[in-house]
Amino acid sequence: MLHLKGLGKTYKTGDVALSDVTLEVPKGQIMGLIGPSGAGKSTLIRCINRLVEPTAGAVMLGDVDLASLGKRELRRQRRRIGMIFQEYALVERLTVMENVLSGRLGYVPFWRSFLRRYPPQDIQNAYRLLDRVGLMEHADKRADALSGGQRQRVGIARALAQEPELLLVDEPTASLDPKTSRQIMRLLTEICAERGLPAIVNIHDVPLAQQFMQRIVGLRAGRVVFDGPPEDLTEAALTEIYGAEDWHAMRAGDAEQAEAEAEARARMEALA
Amino acid sequence: MTEITHYSQVWAHRTPRKRLFMWLGWLALVALFVWCWQVMTENTIWAFVADAPRQAADIGGRMMPPRLSYLPELMVPLWDTINIATLGTLGGVIMAVPVAFMAARNTTPSQHILRPIALFIIVASRSINSLIWALLLVAIIGPGILAGIVAIALRSIGFVGKLLYEAIEETDARQIEAVQATGASPAQVVSYGIVPQVMPAFWGISVFRWDINIRESTILGLVGAGGIGLKLQASLNVLAWPQVTMILILILGTVVLSEWVSARVRHAII
Amino acid sequence: MPSRPKPRLRRAPGWRRSPDGRALPHHLETAAADRDRPALAARPAGGIYLVLAIGTLEVDWARVAAGLERGQRFVMGFLSPDFASRWTDIRQGLIESLTMTLTSTVVGVLISVPIGIGAARNLAPRAVYYLCRGIIAVSRALQEIIIAIFLVAMFGFGPFAGFLTLSFATIGFIAKLLADDIEEIEEAQAEAIRATGASWGQLVNYAIQPQVMPRLIGLSLYRLDINFRESAVIGIVGAGGIGATLNTAIDRYEYDSAGAILLIIIGIVMVAEYGSSYLRKFLQ
Repeated sequence: MLHLKGLGKTYKTGDVALSDVTLEVPKGQIMGLIGPSGAGKSTLIRCINRLVEPTAGAVMLGDVDLASLGKRELRRQRRRIGMIFQEYALVERLTVMENVLSGRLGYVPFWRSFLRRYPPQDIQNAYRLLDRVGLMEHADKRADALSGGQRQRVGIARALAQEPELLLVDEPTASLDPKTSRQIMRLLTEICAERGLPAIVNIHDVPLAQQFMQRIVGLRAGRVVFDGPPEDLTEAALTEIYGAEDWHAMRAGDAEQAEAEAEARARMEALA
Repeated sequence: MTEITHYSQVWAHRTPRKRLFMWLGWLALVALFVWCWQVMTENTIWAFVADAPRQAADIGGRMMPPRLSYLPELMVPLWDTINIATLGTLGGVIMAVPVAFMAARNTTPSQHILRPIALFIIVASRSINSLIWALLLVAIIGPGILAGIVAIALRSIGFVGKLLYEAIEETDARQIEAVQATGASPAQVVSYGIVPQVMPAFWGISVFRWDINIRESTILGLVGAGGIGLKLQASLNVLAWPQVTMILILILGTVVLSEWVSARVRHAII
Repeated sequence: MPSRPKPRLRRAPGWRRSPDGRALPHHLETAAADRDRPALAARPAGGIYLVLAIGTLEVDWARVAAGLERGQRFVMGFLSPDFASRWTDIRQGLIESLTMTLTSTVVGVLISVPIGIGAARNLAPRAVYYLCRGIIAVSRALQEIIIAIFLVAMFGFGPFAGFLTLSFATIGFIAKLLADDIEEIEEAQAEAIRATGASWGQLVNYAIQPQVMPRLIGLSLYRLDINFRESAVIGIVGAGGIGATLNTAIDRYEYDSAGAILLIIIGIVMVAEYGSSYLRKFLQ
C-alpha cells in the first residue's frame, strides 16, 4: 500500500534528518514509530505527504510516487492521506462541523467551500463521523470551546472525512493525560480496524505503543534500527533505539508514574 | 452511542436570521458607499482626472534630477525639525502623565469630575491633527518653531495619555495590593506599585510617539510652524520641483533613521 | 506594546529601598533596575542635546506675548462657538470630509487585502512579496499631506484628490498590519489544511482568514477614525474636506466659527470611538 524506498532528508545546513529509510506498510496495518526526540519521526511522517520535501528516495502510495509529483497532482494525492496532529491543529475560530468538513477541501471547488455549501453526502458523512467519535452534541460549537481529548477526536473525524487510504498520526497523545490518551488510541485502532485503514503512528510513549500497535518501527538518528512486532521489543532492542541512559530515564519515569497511579487508586479505595 | 440510522444531509453554516442580518448589513454598506461616492464626485471635473497621468509625467520630469546643491540650505531647518519633534514630545509627555493618571479608573482622584475632564482632554487632543494645532498656534503666537513645538506637544498629550492610561488600568492588581498591605500611603502605592509596572510601557509609548512626531514635524512648516516644511512651502510656491525632490529625499532619510532608532530603543526596553 | 519587564538576575542599586527601609520585593527590584537602564545611559547625552536645542531656539518672545491676547480671544471663541453664521460652508466641508472618509476607507481596505496577502512571507512567492512590501513602504514613508499636494496637482482641487490620498495612505496602514498578522498565525492550522489537499484559495479561506479577520475588522474601524481626522487636514492644500473651511475661518480671525468647527470634529471623533467599540463587540 505504502512503500518508502530509500527515503532521505538532508537540510541545507547539512543536518541529516533521515537516511535511507525503506519500509512497506500493507493495507490494514497499524504501525507505531518510536525513537528518541530528534530521531526523525516527525520528519518521516511529513515527508510522506510532502509537508516536508524529501531530498532523496521515493514515496509510493499504491503505484503513484508522491515525491515526484507537481503541485496540482500532489494536492489531489494528498486527499488520499489523512493526517492527525499532535496539538490537534484545528482551526480554533471555526466550528467543529466546519473543521470536520474541511477534510473535504480537496474534493470540493473553491466556491462551495467558501460559501459553506457542501454536497449533502458530505454533510451526512460528517455527522456520521461525529457520531462515531462521540461528539454529535458539539457539532456547532467553536473548536476552541472543547477540551483536549475532544479536539483530538475532531481531528480524527476531519482526517476520516477525506475517506483516506492511509492515516498519518503525529504524536496523537502528547498533549493528553494518560486516561484520555488510552481512549484516543483505542478509538484510533478501532476505526482503523473497521475500515482496514493502514496507519503510521508516531508515538513517544513506548508502553502505549506496545499495547496498541501491530508493528513497531524504531528510528534512531534518521535510520531504521528496529522493525518487528511489539513482542520482539526487548530491553536490548529498546536500549539500541533510545540509548542506555535515555531508556533507563524513561523507564524510571514510567515506573514513577505507575507508582503514583497505584497510590492514588489505593487512596480512592480507602475513601470508598 | 444512540442508534441514529438517519444522519441529516442538511447543515447551515449560519442561522437564517444571522444570514439575513449579514445580507442587510452588506447591502447597507454598499448603498452608503454609492451614495457617498455620488455626493463626493458631484463637482469632480473628470477631464482633469483623465489628464492626470500626463500631469504626473510632466511633474515627474520636472522633479528629476534632485537639486543636490540645495542640501546645505536644508541642514538648519532639519535641525529645527528634529528639535520641534523632540522638545514637543518631551512637553507632551510631561503633560500627558498627570492627565493619564486622572483618566485611569484605578488612580483617578475623582470618578465623576476629573476623570471625564481628563478623558475629554485626551479625545480633544487626539481629534485635532498636529497640523491644525500648528495652524491655530501660528495664528496666535506667530510663525516659528515655538508654534511647532507647542502643536506637537498638544497633539502628543492625547496619544500618550490614552495609551498610558490604558496601561495604568491594566496593571496587576495583586502587586498593588501587596504594596497597599505594607501600609503605604496612596502616593507611595502609586510610586511603588503602579509606576514600576508601567515604566517600560511609558518609555515605549514615548519613543513611539517621538518617531511619529518626526514625520509630522517635517510638514508643519507648510503652515509656518518652522522646520523643513518651510523650505517645502517655499519651493512649492515657486514651483522649484528639483528642490522639492531634494527635500522629500531628506525627509525620507530622516524618517527611516528615526524609525530605526525608535525600533532599537523599544527593542532594548522590552 | 511592552507590558511587563522581564525578570533579570541583577542586584538592584543599593539605594532602592521601600518606605520602611527594607529591600524591595524581587519583582519591584528588577523593575526598578530595568527602569534605571535607559535613563542612566541617556542622561549625559540627553543633557547635552537639551542645551544645544534650546540654545538654537529662535523665539520672538514679544510676538508671543502679543499673541497671548489673541489666544485668549480664541479660547473665548472656542467656549462660545458660532455654528450659525458660516453654516453653509461648514456643512459643505463636513459633507466632503465624511463622504471622503467612508469611500476612501472602503476602497483602501479593499485594495489593502490583496496587497497585505501578497506581503506575507508565508503566503506569497518572493517577487510578489518584495513588490507588495515596496508598495507598503512607499505608502508609509510619505505623509498624507505631501501625497495630497501631488494628487491635487495631478487631479485638480476637490474631494476626489482627497479620496485618492486617503485610499493610498490606508494601504500603508492596513496592508502592513495585515501582512504582519498573517506572518504571525499559528502555522499548525495552516499545515493541517494543506495536508487535506486544499488549494491556495481554500487555505487562505479556512486557515488564514479565521485567524486574522477579527483584528482586520478592528483595524478597519480604527482606520475609519484616522481617515476622518486626516480628511479634516488635507483640505488645507485643496484636497477637499473641512480643513479648508477651518483654514479660512482662522485666516479671517473668526475664532467663534473656528471653535465651532473644532468642536464638531471632536464630537464626531468621540461618537465614532463609542460607535466602533460597540460595533466591534457586536461583530464578535
